[in-house]
Amino acid sequence: MTLFLKPNPASGVPIYVQLKEQIRHACETGALRPGDSLPGIRALAESMVINPNTVARVYRELELEGLLELRHGVGAFVASRGTTRWTAARSGQMKAAQKAAKSFVSELRRRGLEPDEIRRLVEAELATSDGRVPLVG
Amino acid sequence: MIQSFAIETDALTKYYGDFEAVRGLTMRVPKGTITGFLGQNGAGKSSTIRMLLGMSRPTRGNGRVLDFDIADEKQSIEMRKRVAYVGEDKRLYDYMTVRQMIDFTKAFYPAWRSETEQKLLDEFRLPPDRSTKKLSKGMRTQLALLLAFARGAELLVLDEPTEGLDPVMAEKVLELVVGAAADGATIFFSSHQIAEVEQIADRILLIDRGQLLLETTLESISTNFRRIRGVYESAPKPATLAIDGVTRIAVDGRVVSVMASHNSVSIAERMRASASAVEVMPMTLKEIVLESLKRDQS
Repeated sequence: MTLFLKPNPASGVPIYVQLKEQIRHACETGALRPGDSLPGIRALAESMVINPNTVARVYRELELEGLLELRHGVGAFVASRGTTRWTAARSGQMKAAQKAAKSFVSELRRRGLEPDEIRRLVEAELATSDGRVPLVG
Repeated sequence: MIQSFAIETDALTKYYGDFEAVRGLTMRVPKGTITGFLGQNGAGKSSTIRMLLGMSRPTRGNGRVLDFDIADEKQSIEMRKRVAYVGEDKRLYDYMTVRQMIDFTKAFYPAWRSETEQKLLDEFRLPPDRSTKKLSKGMRTQLALLLAFARGAELLVLDEPTEGLDPVMAEKVLELVVGAAADGATIFFSSHQIAEVEQIADRILLIDRGQLLLETTLESISTNFRRIRGVYESAPKPATLAIDGVTRIAVDGRVVSVMASHNSVSIAERMRASASAVEVMPMTLKEIVLESLKRDQS
């Protein structure tokens, strides 16, 4: 399976977040399109060598977010309707966020902060806020 | 949902002469989980596993494995039909070939998985006609793993399953673990490879000197465990840091570093009242394990 990369457990980013982001990214880039099926829980767990409960949880959460559709006994699919709206809104959001991040970083750089210091500040902020912000309105 | 446990112990204790290897260990492994069993060498991991599997008798306390009493010999035999174990000693019969060893083992287990057997024979490239006595160390491990994973056991107990394996083989073993878990098996495995535990486990148990030091989920580690550091003008009284969630406090000059198992937002708030530059950082499993073990040595 080349669609998803093996997660990096040492990155500090929880594995389930990494998997979730990879699936979202695959939908945003069009690697996965509405109606496409995702690997079964077992197959994905084995190929990524991660806990099957993690895969199941990510599928469930992405279903709640409207990105995936779980059909009982059949598997997980990229949702047909929700997705196009979701990805369009999301990629707009991402572009805007990227701009914001760019100006934020250059502002801090202008004030003389080093990349490592900026990284630490962002990490600390995420850790404080629990990193749990609702995704789409 | 009622949670049921594959392994439960209550004040499990083991003496070897005067030496207390396991000291009142109470722990639980929920069914359907991959649970990592961590601890330094000599912490009591293998002694615990041996008692769980009926290979040695508890001095005190008791335990249940798949709802069978570990101290009851008849129940222990029933239990062992449903549990597969791979330990340091790869117990194989020297006079048998690989093929004979597999056929011999297969006969005992009605749930034997022939596909798994064939798949692993191919992947491990085990020579069926070679005597087990003439297998390399790595091949012995591979054969032991094949015998364990093909049994279709409800519970797999693995004592450092990737020890001594090259990275490719080690990853293969983790893949097997994940596959068995997807089939509904419970996995209880000890390991010194924290990265691999972080990669596949959903829970961890950390023991030290025969006692439980930490029992948590990987999810709780990523969402609740935090290191919080503050710079103080003068050292704070320890009582001011006795806040719910603070599990360890280290003072180094003006810097106070706290490990929080939960409640990090309130802890940081309290520290901000008297400290400047309070930082909250996520912690990896490795940091938490090292930090927890440090505490016990002080």
